[in-house]
Amino acid sequence: MRLELRGITKRFGALVANDHIDLVVQPGEIHSLLGENGAGKSTLMNVLYGLYQADEGEILLDDEVQHFSGPGDAMGAGIGMVHQHFMLVPVFTVAENVMLGHEQTRGGGRLDLEAARAQVKEISARFGFHVDPDAVVEDLPVGVQQRVEIIKALSRNADVLVFDEPTAVLTPQETDELMAIMRQLRDEGSAIVFITHKLREVRAVADRITVIRHGKVVGEALPTASDAELASLMVGRSVELTVQKDAPTLHDNGLKVTDLVVTSESGAVTVDNVSFEVRGGEVLVIAGVQGNGQTELTEALLGLEGDVSGSITLDGKELVGRSVRHILDAGVGFVPEDRTHDGLIGEFTIAENLMLDRSDGPPFVKGGALQLGFRDRFAEEKVAEFDVRTQGITTPVGRLSGGNQQKVVLARELSRDLRLFVAAQPTRGVDVGSIEFIHKRIIATRDSGVPVVVVSTELDEAVALADRIMVMYRGTVVGVVPADTPRDVLGLMMAGISPEDAKGEVA
Amino acid sequence: MSADHKTTQLDVPLSETTRTVTVVTWKAASVLLAVTVLYALLLVAVPHSGDTRFLLSHRGDFFQIPVIVLPAGPVGWVCGAVMLAATAFAAVRTARRTRTPLWLVVLFALAALTGFLAWAGAGSPRDLSVVGLLGGAVLWSVPFVYGALGGVIGERAGVVNIAIEAQLLGAAFTAAIVSSITNSAVAGLVAAVFAGALVSLVLGLFAITYHVNQVIVGVVLNVLVVGLTSFLYSQVLVPGAETLNSTTRFSSIPIPVLSDIPVLGPVLFDQPLLIYLMFIAVPTVWYALNRTRWGLRLRAVGEHPKAADTVGIDVVRTRYNAVLVAGAVAGLGGAFYTTVYLSQFGENMTGGAGYIALAAVIFGKWDPVRAAFAGLLFGFASNLQNVLSVVGSPVPSQFMLMVPYVVTLLAVAGLVGRSRPPAASGEPYIKG
Repeated sequence: MRLELRGITKRFGALVANDHIDLVVQPGEIHSLLGENGAGKSTLMNVLYGLYQADEGEILLDDEVQHFSGPGDAMGAGIGMVHQHFMLVPVFTVAENVMLGHEQTRGGGRLDLEAARAQVKEISARFGFHVDPDAVVEDLPVGVQQRVEIIKALSRNADVLVFDEPTAVLTPQETDELMAIMRQLRDEGSAIVFITHKLREVRAVADRITVIRHGKVVGEALPTASDAELASLMVGRSVELTVQKDAPTLHDNGLKVTDLVVTSESGAVTVDNVSFEVRGGEVLVIAGVQGNGQTELTEALLGLEGDVSGSITLDGKELVGRSVRHILDAGVGFVPEDRTHDGLIGEFTIAENLMLDRSDGPPFVKGGALQLGFRDRFAEEKVAEFDVRTQGITTPVGRLSGGNQQKVVLARELSRDLRLFVAAQPTRGVDVGSIEFIHKRIIATRDSGVPVVVVSTELDEAVALADRIMVMYRGTVVGVVPADTPRDVLGLMMAGISPEDAKGEVA
Repeated sequence: MSADHKTTQLDVPLSETTRTVTVVTWKAASVLLAVTVLYALLLVAVPHSGDTRFLLSHRGDFFQIPVIVLPAGPVGWVCGAVMLAATAFAAVRTARRTRTPLWLVVLFALAALTGFLAWAGAGSPRDLSVVGLLGGAVLWSVPFVYGALGGVIGERAGVVNIAIEAQLLGAAFTAAIVSSITNSAVAGLVAAVFAGALVSLVLGLFAITYHVNQVIVGVVLNVLVVGLTSFLYSQVLVPGAETLNSTTRFSSIPIPVLSDIPVLGPVLFDQPLLIYLMFIAVPTVWYALNRTRWGLRLRAVGEHPKAADTVGIDVVRTRYNAVLVAGAVAGLGGAFYTTVYLSQFGENMTGGAGYIALAAVIFGKWDPVRAAFAGLLFGFASNLQNVLSVVGSPVPSQFMLMVPYVVTLLAVAGLVGRSRPPAASGEPYIKG
């Protein structure tokens, strides 16, 4: 089926998320929609899927104008979507998730689970998915959950398939498998829309590329274009794709983690006997697929986890069992993974957010009273230093873009005397300009002699920033390897294969 | 309900399974110990001697079982010893990081109950009727069970039904008037169903359509219905008591053969229609939730409404549907008060039963069958006071009136294992 979008415009108040976007996707073609976070890709797809109504423009399938008042209509017309955040009910089985919304029933209103199972098995066999229809979705690895999403779309005979940032949660190997699946679907005649901001993947799989910036189509490209060309098209200026840094100068101080075990409330051992060391002046990147214990490890470093055993010492001082306040005072700077939830208070102004961790005494508070003058001078200074693009320090942080929000967090955390800097996913959901800035600040922190721990699920970022890379899998450390380790080896390690075996397999 | 912040970190599921260890808490062992200590204090401080007569059949029953006479003192201490042993066993298991099994808690509860009844009935010339104890429990559990079913249905769809109390009371009031006017208990029952659904409609309007905090709407509705029924009671029902507030009640219908089974026969099979309906309602709700399209969609909007939306399910309509059914079912429970228990409406006559039903929902881990058994337990606790007053128990009746609430508290606080409410429970669905 041929998909055509004509002049789609979607506004949210004053913000124009999509500005007269035209797009044609032919059957048997993988059409990549490339753009930065916030460029309007997801909005466009939500319009296509009936979740939003376009203010202007029309959607055509095989040259017929469509009117979608909800996802049900879009699905009925043959559009399937593999969502970035999977639209699966975690406690349901695969078969239940696949049948949901178009259930067949037998006598007595009884659900026909048999039919759903058979359908899952049939599609699963066609693509070599190995998905058990009776498995509960939350017990499945993310890669398999994504296949369930694909099965869901295919079970409704979707001819147009939209993949919204599908590789964000996958290992490099899983990403390769997904690309093979996309090619197979294309060869069977599906029209595929592939939304992403990752240049490497676009060039690997796309037949055609449309680049979106600030809600507008800014150009088309062929997969033969270079990374630099695509990046400058996406960002609107030429970008440095590599991080400039010198060889590290190691100091004696540092962080030492020994036999760290973190247990969740439900009994899952999220960090399983982890030991590592980071010395002043180096960056250790913790790589791995999302959800393999990185979050819990960084939170344990800051004293946010409840059930922790083992030892964490910073410059020889034990941190396990200490309060967060104590750990902050010991000189730990922390950029949390989810800045909007854990890093900032959206309703508070920039100035207020910048002093959140120093409300316990001078110079920000004297005799219980906030020192507003000092606070504002401090904020003005930091906004300038960290290049936060804003109308003023009284702007609520929630109104800033992702990149500027992250700069506020960074400004707060880097403005203390640090003995250790921990940054979890520092550039997730951040525009390319801000990424460059954030990377530079991280390297500058390293060069000032502070040990730096960065958690990243993006292999490119890990390789760019790291002096050494530690890969985590199911809560354990797979290995610590130099930053120049081949990507294939790192990819295998992210699937739990030891560095020695991984090297053997690649060679 | 018990949403804790830790779970939000697991939005992205762990990739594959990590190693797990069994998490144990000292809650269960502590509760058992506390009850054992209280029980021992009771025996020491207020010792009773003499015999307790347990009556298992009534005159005229098909099977006659002789009265069981137990010496209160020894029985009390034996039961105490069993409780202590169970507590110790639970403590040892907890120390070894294994969970306290359910059978141990049941054994403990049986021992505590037997000991307490023996103590309370000691020396009384009257027989302590076991049939009365159990049959009354079934009867008293009616509002709790229907209320809990209503709570389960609402919450599985993502709408916390705090308004069970309002549904019960509103239904009791409506059933009283309609049954009085029509001289038909069945008409009263039907009216109660509509009254419960009407309260639900208001809940739905604010909670689903206007995204108001569900707990607040529920609590406000409860207070509102107490006020409204009390006002109408004093203004309308009291002056017109003869025509408007003297209801026709359901009478007991003994089921042939089954009702002749010793002990269980009269307990289960010599009851009014509303109770037989309850026996059917519990498995029906379970089946509907777990085996039908209606239930699958209902659970989907309660777990992940956006996922339901993206497969074309109308979240708002599904939630309204669930909440209305929930109110209707709770309404059946409200009818108990004026078409089974009493033949007239009284001010605030539900007296917090809706909140106990809510506790049964949590104790039953959002499962209709478990919640019904929890309701039965709370019904038993409510009935205990009636039975003890018959044998002339030394315990002040005001004290016994506390029992159901204390049992509820202990059950919910101490004995509920790890349970997970529907993920989207309490969260309004806002598109986009």
